Amino acid sequence: MNSEQTIFYILSFWFIASSLAMIFARNAAKAVLFLVLGFFSAAGIWILLEAEFLAITLILVYVGAVMVLFLFVIKMLNIDKSTLRAKFAGYLPLGLIVALIIIAEMTLVLGGAQFGLEVMPSPAKHGADYSNITVLAMQLYTTYVYPFELAAVVLLIAIIAAITLVHKKEATYKKQNISEQVNVRAKDRVRLVSIASPPKEKK
Amino acid sequence: MVSLSDYLILSSIIFCIGLAGIFINRTNIITLLMCVELILVAVNTNFIAFSHFLGNEAGQIVVFFILTVAAAEVAIGLAILTLLFRVRGSINVDVTNSLKG
Repeated sequence: MNSEQTIFYILSFWFIASSLAMIFARNAAKAVLFLVLGFFSAAGIWILLEAEFLAITLILVYVGAVMVLFLFVIKMLNIDKSTLRAKFAGYLPLGLIVALIIIAEMTLVLGGAQFGLEVMPSPAKHGADYSNITVLAMQLYTTYVYPFELAAVVLLIAIIAAITLVHKKEATYKKQNISEQVNVRAKDRVRLVSIASPPKEKK
Repeated sequence: MVSLSDYLILSSIIFCIGLAGIFINRTNIITLLMCVELILVAVNTNFIAFSHFLGNEAGQIVVFFILTVAAAEVAIGLAILTLLFRVRGSINVDVTNSLKG
């Protein structure tokens, strides 16, 4: 067993163990912390696959922003722990059976006979002068520039939607009152005023 | 050397753990969102493994966009959760049955 395999199995063990600990955790905050450990292991596995930029992005964006957002929400909403796990036992056997069946099927389909080293040999490692970020940037700003801009629009919409949803004071933004608009009569809007016109000047 | 099937089986195991988590934690919306994140990371690992073994960077680009959309999804999901807690006083799935016929 060489060093790459050792690292892979250690990271996989921690990834699977922390994922299991996450779904069985009684406390939501602990579940978030286990998920952070799982994300770190996943980032290590991605670095083994020479996807350095995405591994760093996973840690910076997911662990740094999204998981902290989860922790904020968990601390903000005072969750009643006793009611949350009431139906735990009822769905546990069904969930485990479905998961085990899917794992068995996937192992049969994805096993060494189909995707092993003989069929799909491991590519040669890149040298020290290879830059994953340069390669990704070349693709992202040429071939995939329109999806890249769409992604920016998606993020903008997410910002607007999140702010609109949790905004409390309704008086600070203007909105239509449809029934008032439909029920309006001419006398509400138009007022005829008779004004004495000034006498015409002689030219 | 680690073969492609090892990576694929690892990500299928993580995917199934996320799926089982959705079954088990049916009453806790926050844990449901975290299980969805776990499933997305498993799928991303698949994309990166294929991208590495096929020598094609397009897989990593797809993972980049999946990460973007997942971040947007979490932001909106947690905003809805906060709103739900404000209106109902609880984020239990059992109290959110207004749409039930």
